[in-house]
Amino acid sequence: MGSQGGFGQSKEFLDLIKSIGEARSKAEEDRIVLHEIETLKRRITEPDIPKRKMKEYIIRLVYVEMLGHDASFGYIHAVKMTHDDNIHLKRTGYLAVTLFLNEDHDLIILIVNTIQKDLKSDNYLVVCAALNVVCKLINEETIPAVLPQVVELLGHQKEAVRKKAVMALHRFYQRAPSSVNHLISNFRKKLCDNDPGVMGATLCPLYDLITIDVNAYKDLVASFASILKQVAERRLPKSYDYHQMPAPFIQIKLLKILALLGSGDKKASEQMYTIIGDIMRKCDSTSNIGNAVLYECICCISSIHPNPKLLESAADAIAKFLKSDSHNLKYLGIDALGRLIKLSPEIAEQHQLAVIDCLEDPDDTLKRKTFELLYKMTKSSNVEVIVDRMIDYMININDSHYKTEIASRCVELAEQFAPSNQWFIQTMNRVFEHAGDLVNPKVAHNLMRLIAEGFGEEDDTADSQLRSSAVESYLRIVVEPKLPSTFLQVICWVLGEYGTADGKYSASYITGKLCDVAEAYSTDDTVKAYAISALMKIYSFEIAAGRKVDVLPECQSFIEELLASHSTDLQQRAYELQAILGLDANVATNIMPMDASCEDIEIDRSLSFLNSYVQQSIEKGAQPYIPEGERSGMTDVSSFRSQELHEVSSHALRFEAYELPKPVMPSRVSPIEQSSSNELVPAPEPSYHAEMHQVASSVPSVSDTGSLELKLKLDGVQRKWGRPTYSSAAPSTSNADIPKIQNGAPQLDAVSSSSSKAVSYDSRRQQVEISAEKQKLAASLFGGTSKSHKRQSSGSQKVPKTNIPAAEKSHVAKNATSDTAVLERTPQPPPDLLDLDESTVSSSAQSLDPFKQLEGLLDLNQDTSTLTTSDASASGAPDVMSLYGETTLNVQSGGVPNLLPAGRDEANLLSGLAGTPNRDGHGENTVTNPTQQLNKGPNAKESLEKDALVRQLGVTPTGQNPNLFRDLLG
Amino acid sequence: MIKAVIVMNDQGKPRLVKFYSFQAVEKQHELIRSIYGVLCSRANNVSNFIKVDSLFGPDARLVYKTFATLYFIFVFDSSENELAMLDLMQVFVETLDKCFHNVCELDIIFNFNKVHSILDEIILGGQVLETNSSEVAKAAEEISKMEKHANSVTLVPSISGWSNR
Repeated sequence: MGSQGGFGQSKEFLDLIKSIGEARSKAEEDRIVLHEIETLKRRITEPDIPKRKMKEYIIRLVYVEMLGHDASFGYIHAVKMTHDDNIHLKRTGYLAVTLFLNEDHDLIILIVNTIQKDLKSDNYLVVCAALNVVCKLINEETIPAVLPQVVELLGHQKEAVRKKAVMALHRFYQRAPSSVNHLISNFRKKLCDNDPGVMGATLCPLYDLITIDVNAYKDLVASFASILKQVAERRLPKSYDYHQMPAPFIQIKLLKILALLGSGDKKASEQMYTIIGDIMRKCDSTSNIGNAVLYECICCISSIHPNPKLLESAADAIAKFLKSDSHNLKYLGIDALGRLIKLSPEIAEQHQLAVIDCLEDPDDTLKRKTFELLYKMTKSSNVEVIVDRMIDYMININDSHYKTEIASRCVELAEQFAPSNQWFIQTMNRVFEHAGDLVNPKVAHNLMRLIAEGFGEEDDTADSQLRSSAVESYLRIVVEPKLPSTFLQVICWVLGEYGTADGKYSASYITGKLCDVAEAYSTDDTVKAYAISALMKIYSFEIAAGRKVDVLPECQSFIEELLASHSTDLQQRAYELQAILGLDANVATNIMPMDASCEDIEIDRSLSFLNSYVQQSIEKGAQPYIPEGERSGMTDVSSFRSQELHEVSSHALRFEAYELPKPVMPSRVSPIEQSSSNELVPAPEPSYHAEMHQVASSVPSVSDTGSLELKLKLDGVQRKWGRPTYSSAAPSTSNADIPKIQNGAPQLDAVSSSSSKAVSYDSRRQQVEISAEKQKLAASLFGGTSKSHKRQSSGSQKVPKTNIPAAEKSHVAKNATSDTAVLERTPQPPPDLLDLDESTVSSSAQSLDPFKQLEGLLDLNQDTSTLTTSDASASGAPDVMSLYGETTLNVQSGGVPNLLPAGRDEANLLSGLAGTPNRDGHGENTVTNPTQQLNKGPNAKESLEKDALVRQLGVTPTGQNPNLFRDLLG
Repeated sequence: MIKAVIVMNDQGKPRLVKFYSFQAVEKQHELIRSIYGVLCSRANNVSNFIKVDSLFGPDARLVYKTFATLYFIFVFDSSENELAMLDLMQVFVETLDKCFHNVCELDIIFNFNKVHSILDEIILGGQVLETNSSEVAKAAEEISKMEKHANSVTLVPSISGWSNR
């Protein structure tokens, strides 16, 4: 055909791709694409375009849009093409609309009719094409238009159609659950479909449904377990095998479902133990997919009611994963460990070195996963090491999203498990220093609160020591350049509040520092406001103490600058400061009392002090206030408490039908009726008119609850502080530590950070020393390890830091863990359940099997199904496939990159399949293995032809012209 | 649920882009660019998994694999198994190879409607539909056979592409 270039496309299209491939820059590419868009715009509107041509235009449009340019001018033509009777064109049209449009696009309405027609077509391929579109483009409004046909197709004779109909129904459910709620039983029915493929497809919607409501599907546990059993025993047709595994994808889905169903349900879990144990034993851990199933088994085991035997085999599997060279398996191993650790904390100790290896791995994904694991296993005995590590890592990453996450985790762990306030403040300082702009401002307020309120009221000296150590650390930090704004605010506040409290530093020293800060960050108004308030506090403290205040020249100029500031807030603060400077000691103490931040401010949220005024007004005939929620006339009881929070959502459109009008309209009625309606519906906030008619004594109580609510909102460090942890020793010891810590405070920070850094550097450099270092780290991470000397070493390492009797503590921790372990073991079921060798048990279970019918049909299928294709593939594939799964490292090192000339493999994907991916895509390339070439005798010729054609056309998709099998040509 | 399937070459040019939840064109492009940025920074012998919750929302993971000059990328959430996704990718590539006999990057560019129909047989609406590459290849063959048939029946005489130039 003259119009056709290679690959069944026109020369024009080839040229387009060629020129884009050769484009030197993004700008050049854009120019070419824009030119193409112009051409298409012109051409596509020409009258009487032959259909074949039109099809190509549509494809070019799709291509243009894939490159990121707008092709909306052609959407209507794609829609038009879906109406075509020619299936080829119709499919192209459908493809284009699924890629172009979203389900709420205006043009969808033009396709619905066609879809309806096609769903009724005799040709099942047309039906399939229509179902594809249904999955993508049908929205809530249009579901009813196609729903009857889709439901009908659930009974179609072709399994491919049934499968897709199930998926379409699932999609409807995802999009608008209410529209298909009455059809959910269909999913259960389809679970018994004759075709295992349809059954497998049904698992997807069922998984979603079970995630939402587990209890409604408890009755299916036995069915799922028996299906899984049948799959695992290879009762499905051979064609469902994948890499010698029987239907692994179905197994994985089933295991996921069982994990949901068995979670926290002993009875349901017991029905699964046998089969899960069976699968774990049978799993081929040399293949990728075998490991996938194995991993899913572990996930399932960790989710269902624990069974000691299964936990044990899960632990074995994890050990295998962690010992593997493959990063993928290590990743899964770490993930699985994180799941299992909740059930048996002692398992982590076996793998401590592997975990530390992963922590130091260059692979970022693995590292992050390991930090997730550490986060899960943090307790008060290892919190210091873990948070230290996390912060070290946090400093070095650029990804602000992950940085935020890890910073907030550090804060969370520190708040929960901090062994001492000292450590807490130091840790917070580090977090703020490196990720200050990313952490929640609430954290900063918590920190200030902690410094202000200290650990408790009973120990004032400890508090003041804490404060002065904080001041000291801040004076040290503040000279560093480029500190985050939030952190500076904390620093300014603390310096202002406590800078001169212990008399160690003079007022002029502190004020000088504050002015430096304000000057260095002169663009940040918030910091300046904090700084001037701090100055104000220090000066008034000085005045109150009767000392003469001498304002430093730089402070004076700072104040003058703010007096003329554009910000009224700064200006006001500056004027206030000036005023205070002229006052005497007595007044100053009253205005700026020491430690004012600790005083509780009662906030009267109900504004009860205005009650008498309101009363007066009403007596004069004013309308009583009606809260907003009642004004609209609808009383939404469920969302009453949270009305304030969900104000936004309450403004949204209502989709539900309006309720029937209540006999009593809340608004526009006399106050007496009003109060009666209030009894029916408790008001979220005390409303004035309600109060008025209540007894006066109820008013104070109302305001009390108001302030209580407020306190809850401010929920901060104090509450989280004493939270019970693994080791109960921590809170008491840390309290006693504080006096001693103060002396070592300045060094402490430096010591801890430098030592941890040294550990990481050393471990990278010196292979020999690693084990010792790692063991130390392991010991500190995993607390109560098996060997006592390890614990000792970690303890001695920690002693100078915190003075916590580490040995004793870890002893306690170990006791605790062993206790929990014992507890967990007690409810174990009789071991016979797991005796997997008893085939009689399983066969008897089979005879009771409700799925006998299905089973029989499956066997029938197996006999009748044409196995020729799968056989052929099995004979052709294994040679190649056997290579797959080896790590790329092996192949690359064993490959022949230098022996062969730099023949660029013409993007031969199968060479990638065989495990020789051209990673960097430049330089030399490994040519396919000899075995593979033998294998692909006829194909090589084809490739040559293809390559010749490509070169004849001069098409180079990637800019470099790849020569296929140059060595063969030579 | 699978959120997206993307094929791009080692220079970041998209070759196949399929999002299972709608994304505007600009957003798609932005996502592809950021994914490419992440992939480029990955060393050779590391895992095939990446957490992409910053791009695709909470809990999103990405599995990628290089085949010759192409990156194959699947993005999905916690309802799928990472290793299984890697194998699904394998199924996809095997099928492509069966359908195109020694598939290469150019096949994917020029036949991306066919590639899309192959992918539609494997993944539908973000759920795994079929995992047997022979079955998928058979279905794809059937479609192209029928399309050919349809073409020969309603063959529309067209102006030659060469003379048009």
